Amino acid sequence: MNEFLLGSAVLVLAAVAAGLARVLRGPGDTERIMAAQLLGTGGIAALLLFGATADSTSAIDLALLLALLAAFAAIAFVKKGTTHECPGDADAAAAVAPATVSGPAAGGDQR
Amino acid sequence: MNIVAIGLALDLAFGLLALAVAVFALRARTTYAAVVGFVSFGVLLALVWFRLGAPDVALTEAAIGGGLTGLLMLNASAVLRATEAAAAAEPRRPGVRLVALLAAATVAGGLAAAVLALPSPAPTLAPLAVAGAPATGLGNPVAATLMAFRATDTLLEMVVLVLALVGVWSLTRDDLWGGRPGRRHQADSKGVLVFFARLLLPVGVVFAVFLLFVGADQPGGAFQGGTVLAALWLLAIMARLADTPAIDQRWLRFWLIAGPAVFVAVGLAGLAFGVGFLGYPEPWAKPIILAVEIVKIVSVGVTLALLVAGPPMRPRGDDR
Amino acid sequence: MTPLQILSAVLIGAGVFFFVAGTVGLLRFPDTLTRLHALTKADNLGIGLIVLGLLPFAANALVALKLILIWILVLLASSTVSQLAGFAARREGRQR
Repeated sequence: MNEFLLGSAVLVLAAVAAGLARVLRGPGDTERIMAAQLLGTGGIAALLLFGATADSTSAIDLALLLALLAAFAAIAFVKKGTTHECPGDADAAAAVAPATVSGPAAGGDQR
Repeated sequence: MNIVAIGLALDLAFGLLALAVAVFALRARTTYAAVVGFVSFGVLLALVWFRLGAPDVALTEAAIGGGLTGLLMLNASAVLRATEAAAAAEPRRPGVRLVALLAAATVAGGLAAAVLALPSPAPTLAPLAVAGAPATGLGNPVAATLMAFRATDTLLEMVVLVLALVGVWSLTRDDLWGGRPGRRHQADSKGVLVFFARLLLPVGVVFAVFLLFVGADQPGGAFQGGTVLAALWLLAIMARLADTPAIDQRWLRFWLIAGPAVFVAVGLAGLAFGVGFLGYPEPWAKPIILAVEIVKIVSVGVTLALLVAGPPMRPRGDDR
Repeated sequence: MTPLQILSAVLIGAGVFFFVAGTVGLLRFPDTLTRLHALTKADNLGIGLIVLGLLPFAANALVALKLILIWILVLLASSTVSQLAGFAARREGRQR
């Protein structure tokens, strides 16, 4: 069973590596956010798998911490990545493009 | 396939992946991409630490590298965004890069040689720490080392954090002293971000307190818990559920110094009771350590959050 | 192997399969939004199945609860991030 768990962890890491190779090179900033997400989720999965082969439960605490912080980091990336405003920045969006954006488009933006 | 071989493959995968992400972070063309790479590297490094059998370090690396340092550098990259184009247009200087490469390779090679030259088994005080931990009532020898055997180092670390914050605050413009750090964040109160922040905050606080109490017998501790609290406070600020505090408020300054102050007081009390500075009488060791850690988690949380928030940029009445 | 171990192995295997499928989607889909979809959905399912597979071997109820909490957090985090990143990607696409 332990060999199976460790082997699965290696497979997950390999999938993460392949995904990272593509996504880190990707054209936009969103690709980079996706890379961090992938690494976070894959890292948690690999951690749970090889943590299950050990005796202590500290792997689970670390995985929980990583889950919390991956969420936090992803929010920070999205918030700080956009140059002008973030989704739902109603006033900021209106301030940036008052004349050029037509009414329905601006309304659809403000989620 | 036997388990040792698979374990080796796993470690190799981690190492190569970490190297690849580090190379990406170094070669990224925008600061933003480099920061994303750096945070990803921090996450991988935390997993490597865990693999190496250092779960406390892994927790700290995940909390600081994955959360706070990332946000700190993102803030910096946002401030620098205006100069990105100019920086990218600078001519590349291969000579400087070559010197940097040689210097880095020399340091890395020296470190590797030093580590490989250690006698096997390497000299270590770990067995002594493990043997002495039960006397403090703590099951986690790392916690016993941090809070009892090397308590002075831990005390000085907390003081260094406060000093660093003073350094950051010294960058304030004179007329903004006592103001609020950073600009006010905008967020749609009915949007996805705020909903998620509202869900995450109570879970995060419970987890931070859990880390504090579990650190007595298992990996964890007040520092990791404090880092989580700092990250949560910054998240609330980003989601516009809270605002950065004006830095001249009494409660803020109280919590900044409460941690080191309580620690010093405990140390001096140890002198008064005849067990030496930062010594603990044996039956009282665990309650005293716990009390210090409870104050420490709040203190560290407040200090780290303010360190990331930066120097004041708005007058204190500005809360649009 | 006991039946429980077989079930666990099947679930974990399925989880790993979804991780690989998510990566394939990430590598092959044509644009940002579809790649985002592949990433968040497949990886969520992957981690969920792995958590389900590890649940029978949890040392006690607290550990099992923590495993489920990890899954819920990852679910929430990726759905939020996929929404926010989707907005950002759409805005990026428009500003290009």
